[in-house]
Amino acid sequence: MNFSGLIHDLGPSTVAGLAQGAIYALFALGYTLVYGVLRLINFAHSEVFMVGTYAALITWGIFGLDQNSATPGTGAVIGYLALGILAAALISGVTAICVELVAYRPLRRRNAPPLAFLITAIGASIVISEFVGVATHRNIRGVPPLIHPATVVHFGNTNITNLQILIIVLALVMMLALDRFVNRTRLGRGVRAVAQNPDSAALMGVNKDRAISLVFLLGGLMAGIAAVMYVLKIGDTRFDAGFNLGIAAFTAAVLGGIGNLRGALVGGLIIGLFENYGASLFGTQYRNVVTFILLIVILMFRPSGILGESLGRARA
Amino acid sequence: MTTVEQRPRPRQVNRRPNGRGVRGWFGRQPRPVRAAVVLVALAVAYALPYVGSVPGIGPQIETQGIDWPSALFNMSYYVLLALGLNVVVGFAGLLDLGYVGFFAVGAYTVALLTSPDSDLKTHWPWLLSIPVAIAVAMLSGLILGWPTLRLRGDYLAIVTLGFAEIIRIFADSNTHLRGDRGFGGLPHPPGKYSDGTPIFGVRDATPYFWLGLSVIVVVILGIRNLDRSRVGRSWLAIREDEEAAAIMGVRTVKYKLWAFAIGACVGGLGGVMFAGQNGFMNSATFVLQFSILILAGVVMGGSGNIAGAILGGALISYIPDRLRGQQIGNLDAYEYRFLLFGLAIILIMIFRPQGLIPSRRRAMELKDRAKEVAPQ
Repeated sequence: MNFSGLIHDLGPSTVAGLAQGAIYALFALGYTLVYGVLRLINFAHSEVFMVGTYAALITWGIFGLDQNSATPGTGAVIGYLALGILAAALISGVTAICVELVAYRPLRRRNAPPLAFLITAIGASIVISEFVGVATHRNIRGVPPLIHPATVVHFGNTNITNLQILIIVLALVMMLALDRFVNRTRLGRGVRAVAQNPDSAALMGVNKDRAISLVFLLGGLMAGIAAVMYVLKIGDTRFDAGFNLGIAAFTAAVLGGIGNLRGALVGGLIIGLFENYGASLFGTQYRNVVTFILLIVILMFRPSGILGESLGRARA
Repeated sequence: MTTVEQRPRPRQVNRRPNGRGVRGWFGRQPRPVRAAVVLVALAVAYALPYVGSVPGIGPQIETQGIDWPSALFNMSYYVLLALGLNVVVGFAGLLDLGYVGFFAVGAYTVALLTSPDSDLKTHWPWLLSIPVAIAVAMLSGLILGWPTLRLRGDYLAIVTLGFAEIIRIFADSNTHLRGDRGFGGLPHPPGKYSDGTPIFGVRDATPYFWLGLSVIVVVILGIRNLDRSRVGRSWLAIREDEEAAAIMGVRTVKYKLWAFAIGACVGGLGGVMFAGQNGFMNSATFVLQFSILILAGVVMGGSGNIAGAILGGALISYIPDRLRGQQIGNLDAYEYRFLLFGLAIILIMIFRPQGLIPSRRRAMELKDRAKEVAPQ
């Protein structure tokens, strides 16, 4: 227990935690969207994320960037970032839809028990991660230094870097956009209707299968954006990069109230913060212990997460 | 003239089950025949190490890249874990994603009590550590159970997953649990041949397989009887509708704790077997993917059915082992083993969503569900 360390590092831990939490929040959206509509844990979502990291790296690779190249000029960096984000979001979105088509839709047609969905999702997760593992010879792939971390804001011992600001702002913008999409647009209304009651929604003329595919696509897009932020922050990726991050993101989704979009944001930020506080209090290796104990304690008092579950809002 | 009314005679009640297929046939046989079938099946199971000498298909069954008795022993502890997890997931309907935690608790208890590397310096023999390991695993099941069993479904799943992660992280980081360095010199099970060589050596895994098989038989007898008892009926009621069960007077938390404790016991026993054969263990054995694999085995085999759990547990160990050292075309199949394995999982679940050998009652539940939802 290192309380003075915690107090001393409170500022830096908070900033680092918020940046990490923003990534978790975007990642957690995929779990929460699918859970809100299908009431299933989409186990393959972590691989959707991992595919996104590679999509960004390969896109940058096409332009001749690798981990040894120099940082390009500001204009070029913005262009590369936009391209990387676009590619990662698209590829992740397509992967997520493929997972839906291969692993979920055939089972939905057969009225399979919920556990069967979980197992096909696990199967899909193994297939994707092993496919990438075999294709990359299980090597770590480094990230081109697109953003040189530089302190922008500075008070006390707290430094906020440009990358952290980018991550937090981008995540908040995407969450806001998604929230508006689900709550304000016609397609979003269809998604909420299917979440409330699939059969009634179908009777009212909502194309159920299309709404479900849309949910997977949205989750994949968000995971792709999270993937770009992750590679910029961490600096490399591997075929199994999604797994542990996926567990943290799923924990975030559950903590905030799975099926609840705003819950994913709250849960993600809390997990990010407490991971960092826990790391400075007990040592880095115990940070996941802190998050899981926090999860257990919160679930004991609020059994369906901090904000409760609701994508359709009418659900108890 | 009086007409005697010809009343239809009450049909004789047919007490024998009239199902179709192998199971129906088995149920209709008289008791001695059934006993004989079981004995023959057991004899075949015990003879599995020698399957390679059967001409024709024998060599096809054997694994190439890993010696066959070792592969069989691996299958035996996977089956043991699948049986234990089946109690939690299949019987009581509680989704447990962190089952490897109990396996770890069992194995670490053995290691701490027996290994020369342990800080306890107790140097117990393997046999003596078994009851302690099982008790500690059971206790850990109860400790995990009491704060969390009021949670439902997927919330329980993430908490169990967290529990396994906590155990793994402690094993990784705590200096007394030695992390990656692990514990060496774990004693093997006791016993010597008449010429003085130990039965449970390091070269031949066949005796370990027989030991594992015997443990499996005992565990099957135990949980089968439990499933048919008051406890088993309570599990069934909880699985089908927890609220209804509670209203009818089933003490849901108590019986869910039972399921957790028994699952934990069997998981701990799996850990004991693993430690006894390997002689060495470290924290890398207890990754989360392992629990997920076991869960896949249980559901793939047929959740809620003992035969299904056995088949599923054996398959998840056998498929990757069989692919080891194989060439498909000019590709090394071992490199692709998990890829092929993942594809196999998806295909099996799409074509048999209720599992390879489904529990009869679960299949009926599935039919009911299909009737309830509107055709699409």
